[in-house]
Amino acid sequence: MTDRESAPLVTLTDAARHFGPVRALDGVSLSVHPGDCIGLVGHNGAGKSTLVNLINGGLAPSSGEIAFDAGASALEAGVRSVFQELSLCPNLTVAENLRISHSGLKGPGWRRPARAEIARSLDTIFPGHGIDPDAEVDTLSIAERQMVEIAIGFAPRGTEARLVILDEPTSSLDAGIADQLLSHVRRYCSEGGAVIFISHMLGEVFEVATRIIVLKDGKAVAERAAGGFTRQGLVDAMGHVTADTPETAEAARDFGAEVVRTDQGLTAREGEVVGLSGLAGHGQAVALARLYLSRTSSWHAGRRPEVVFVAGDRQRDGILPLWSILRNITVSILPQGARRGLVDRAAETRVAQDWKARIGIRTEDVTNPVLSLSGGNQQKVLFARALASPAPVVIMDDPMRGVDVGTKQDVYAMIRAEAARGRTFLWYSTETEEVCQCDRVFVFRNHEISAELTGAEITEERILEASFEMQEAS
Amino acid sequence: MNFLARHRIILPVVSLAVLLAATFWMQPRAMSYFGLNLLFNLAVPIALATIAQMMIIMVNDIDLSLGAFVSLAACVTATFLNDAPVVGLLILLALILSYAALGAVIHALELPAIVVTLGMSFVWGGLALFILPSPGGASPDWLRTLMTVKPPFAPMAVVAAVIIAAVTHLLIIRSGIGTVLRGVGGNARSVARAGWSVIRLKALAYALAGLFGVLAGMALVGLTTSADANIALRYTLLSIAGVILGGGEFTGGKVSPTGAVIGALTLTLAASFLSFMRLSPDWQIGAQGAILILVLTARLIFRQKGAA
Repeated sequence: MTDRESAPLVTLTDAARHFGPVRALDGVSLSVHPGDCIGLVGHNGAGKSTLVNLINGGLAPSSGEIAFDAGASALEAGVRSVFQELSLCPNLTVAENLRISHSGLKGPGWRRPARAEIARSLDTIFPGHGIDPDAEVDTLSIAERQMVEIAIGFAPRGTEARLVILDEPTSSLDAGIADQLLSHVRRYCSEGGAVIFISHMLGEVFEVATRIIVLKDGKAVAERAAGGFTRQGLVDAMGHVTADTPETAEAARDFGAEVVRTDQGLTAREGEVVGLSGLAGHGQAVALARLYLSRTSSWHAGRRPEVVFVAGDRQRDGILPLWSILRNITVSILPQGARRGLVDRAAETRVAQDWKARIGIRTEDVTNPVLSLSGGNQQKVLFARALASPAPVVIMDDPMRGVDVGTKQDVYAMIRAEAARGRTFLWYSTETEEVCQCDRVFVFRNHEISAELTGAEITEERILEASFEMQEAS
Repeated sequence: MNFLARHRIILPVVSLAVLLAATFWMQPRAMSYFGLNLLFNLAVPIALATIAQMMIIMVNDIDLSLGAFVSLAACVTATFLNDAPVVGLLILLALILSYAALGAVIHALELPAIVVTLGMSFVWGGLALFILPSPGGASPDWLRTLMTVKPPFAPMAVVAAVIIAAVTHLLIIRSGIGTVLRGVGGNARSVARAGWSVIRLKALAYALAGLFGVLAGMALVGLTTSADANIALRYTLLSIAGVILGGGEFTGGKVSPTGAVIGALTLTLAASFLSFMRLSPDWQIGAQGAILILVLTARLIFRQKGAA
């Protein structure tokens, strides 16, 4: 189906990019032809983002060459990127955001074509999306924003989108909308467009990619047609030996007393890992936030907090971007470590070093700024912050968004270990695989609990059953 | 999102209306062509300065030199522009360009605007003193005529406020380039990724601020007929308050030109209102602050209700 004879849109020849001594990308050769859908997989820090930034012109290569078939720059060649972290202007409307990247919209009355173009793009990719082009972006949910961003990526914008780079496009979309996107990608590629698809969800990569490239430590370690890989083979190539997932049925453990009970019927016992599941945006995050706020005081932070919160939207309410890794970790335990109101620096450093080792934060020095870490490692910092506090209840709001497989395994193990020591976890996740790790699962639908599953009942099927209205569509 | 949170302009309009009603109730004679002009004519330079400040706040910076800059522009207007119009115009143009350069430098060197503009306020203040060591100068006749014109139906101050609001609304909210400028405040990285030169956009925003700052200085001289190096120092804080009162935010590129003009009118009116209340001038500044806090609290409460 790919016309191999046609000229490649982009050709990278031995492209490398170094940041000081760090070889973020260490000589990658790659050509993208019209009709290609390239799946790009790799560990956090394997060089995916750097590769993307080289292709879209965000960074210049330290050595090697990047050539486009049309025009000198990525922009002229019709290369578009949709980024993992949301990059819309929240103060503008959906149509105005299109204007930012569409300099062809000029003169009085540019709004009407802008509205029409974005609406058309949204309709094509996400039929039935219900997004108003005149809505300000900060009134939209995170999934809707992601949809808008994708739609802007695929919109013609005066020329034509020829290569669209999707970096974790489905991380905040629920399954139905993700499927719409995947089928659009397939349709787009069969019409001669090209896509570079980056995702941690290997199922999606297999579903759309015609070719898969595995990056590891800045090098392309494997490149094959999608059929040439198996799921296991792909994980192995990325360099993470996934230990056989420990069966959740490690015999029904004994849980302690009930420590959480909400009006909605959400309960949790000591030492239990409770999952919240269902389609994205059906009230899980709200339920957790309400629970957290009801257990904390905004006036007085006690020495022994009852609950801690691990945020999923780390840009918005997770990391403290100006602070070092150390301070980001220890901010939750300052009152405990303080003596007469002064911070005990030695204890602070000890805790940070301890958690760096236990949770495997990839940095040489914990006094580095937290933004020097990749997304997955930033998330580890947030876990360390929560787990370092003595709070018996840990609330996690989709904490694994955009985190690689290896990190996930590390964190699962950590959660298990902490639960065994008597901590309670409330864990909202959009990924069924994660929910299946839990001892008990509450499935949400329309802001209500539609099912409570325990032990062997926790299967993808049962969760899906409870997530969807099973009656005939009226 | 409730109605008020969605339409941010409602609250500034209501604040102004309430204050205006209270003023008319206390002093019915203000309810006339002449009275309105008297109440609001000093609002014209403040509205222009508020728009200038809004341009800076729009790109997530803040300008602490605006008052000194407006004073300098007023001094230039009252001296050079009056005596040698060409030289005067060139100086004012140079002032605008230096503002653009300031914006470019702040962006290129990643300096905090608050520090740079605080430093620049002494430069502007020094230059103003250099030009006009003691209060004096004279307004060019055409400027005086323009500021005292008596249009039919509505007094000059009201007409001017409407024109300023309409022009800046078109420029900032409706036009393509204005949208991109607001985008810089919202998410500069995504604007840069779309192929825009952020440094040029910031220079443009600062240049617009410089332009409106100069216009504020000129309008002020047209009203007062003379200038002084310290004539507009309080404009720095008034302009910031005006932007916020008008529904703008300090960060995130959320600004409203119409709101900013209304905010400036409200602040001016608050001063007159307090005089009508026979409040001693010693208390007026504090009372003005209290009005500001009241309005901002109302806004916060409505916003929180809207978010819940």
